[in-house]
Amino acid sequence: MMRILIGASLLLASPALAEVKPGPGQDTVEANCAACHTTDYIRMNAPFLTQDGWKAEVGKMRTAFGSPIDDAVAAEIVQYLATQYGPKK
Amino acid sequence: MQRRTVLAGLGSVAATAAQAAQKPNWMSPALPDGTRDEAILVRPPGKQSLIQLTDRPPNYETPINAFANPITANDRFFVRYHLAAVPTMEELKDWSLTVGGDAADRAVKFAMADLKKNFTQVEVTAVCQCSGNRRGLFDPHVPGVEWGYGAMGNAVWRGVRLKDLLAKAGVKSDAVEVWFAGADGPVMPATPPFRKSLPVALAQRDDVIVATSMNGQPLPHLNGFPARLVVPGWTGTYWMKHLTSIEVSTKPMTNFWVQKAYRVPAGMFPVDLPFASQNDSATWPITEMVVNSLIAAPLDGAKVGRSGFTVRGVAWDRGHGIKTVEVSFDGGKTWKPAELGRDLGNYAFRSFSLASGALPPGPCVVSARAVSNKGETQAVALVRNPAGYHHNVPQTLTVTVA
Repeated sequence: MMRILIGASLLLASPALAEVKPGPGQDTVEANCAACHTTDYIRMNAPFLTQDGWKAEVGKMRTAFGSPIDDAVAAEIVQYLATQYGPKK
Repeated sequence: MQRRTVLAGLGSVAATAAQAAQKPNWMSPALPDGTRDEAILVRPPGKQSLIQLTDRPPNYETPINAFANPITANDRFFVRYHLAAVPTMEELKDWSLTVGGDAADRAVKFAMADLKKNFTQVEVTAVCQCSGNRRGLFDPHVPGVEWGYGAMGNAVWRGVRLKDLLAKAGVKSDAVEVWFAGADGPVMPATPPFRKSLPVALAQRDDVIVATSMNGQPLPHLNGFPARLVVPGWTGTYWMKHLTSIEVSTKPMTNFWVQKAYRVPAGMFPVDLPFASQNDSATWPITEMVVNSLIAAPLDGAKVGRSGFTVRGVAWDRGHGIKTVEVSFDGGKTWKPAELGRDLGNYAFRSFSLASGALPPGPCVVSARAVSNKGETQAVALVRNPAGYHHNVPQTLTVTVA
């Protein structure tokens, strides 16, 4: 783990976290999603993913990529993404 | 879990306020709104201006105008990582490459000096293109990294033949695949590390190499320093960066990256060399590229004079070479053959150009389409597939004649 953190920090210049929209669940998204990847992945995949689409993406993070989040956290993340980054109504 | 606020911002931002106005020049309006909003021009370490889609893991594409040259400069070459633990140049100083596996006679280990001194050095000019290049142009959109046109590049790769390395380890008759691993890795221990394999028959092909040089220079850090696999004709997913381990195996590789990701509906796209050990009844691994072309100049939305302009671009396929490129100046009603540039080899970009001649004022819709020596043509309509691969619908752009 140390190797990873040293490796990453040498590459990285700006201290800012990519910004996501404020709203219920924002902290949960930043704490969990941003552990492995920038939240630019969220903005990049908006606003075309529906609630089911975001659910599939979060599910993939758990089943394919080994994210340790539980059902409740996953549901909170999906709700945030669908609300803030779902299709425009 | 702690917020890792320190882990963001790989590149320095090259443009800020003026950027919104610039976007139409380097981003297709067909990309998702969110992508057009978050993508920015940056200069990652060791690179000139690239389009940042994400910085962690680093995913940068090459702006279209760089493809006016059929060789993509190292400092404009696109960058693609799945996972964020990119090894530093310091860590890569101790690099070595092991070759072994259950279908090898023995395990051997090579330092960079061994590769340079003890093996024949060979060169191949070949296109490295991300499987998902142009995914962002799919309609309806497909989730993933929303690439525009620039997740590709063409370089002169120099290094040693994979088959020569395999011969040092000895390939047993029951070998099925050759497995590859690189030095980059995941952040979470539970995330599957990125690993890929090739059919053993392809691994023995003369032009599949372990490259230690790119366009006459060491590989850039973010393009796989100090050695990467080069698989001419096959999509970039097989071109393992920071290559550290090669295993000759009696079994097909099993992991997320080969069994779930990088797959296309069975038989949807043409292949010459099937990857039979990874095929199932419904899906095949994505392997060989499809014939395609890109107009690098003029840019969409450009203003041109009535004396006309010259269309310049590149065409490529999966290794048969380019037979013709045709250009239309009237939205696809009529097509004229373009002049082809120097032949850099069947796996390389083939440049093309055609002058429009004098034009009436008003909008002029420009398009290009390539045909390979195999007779394969670009798709007339998008060939939809679940992961958004192999987009090769002819690009259409509009310039204003005034």
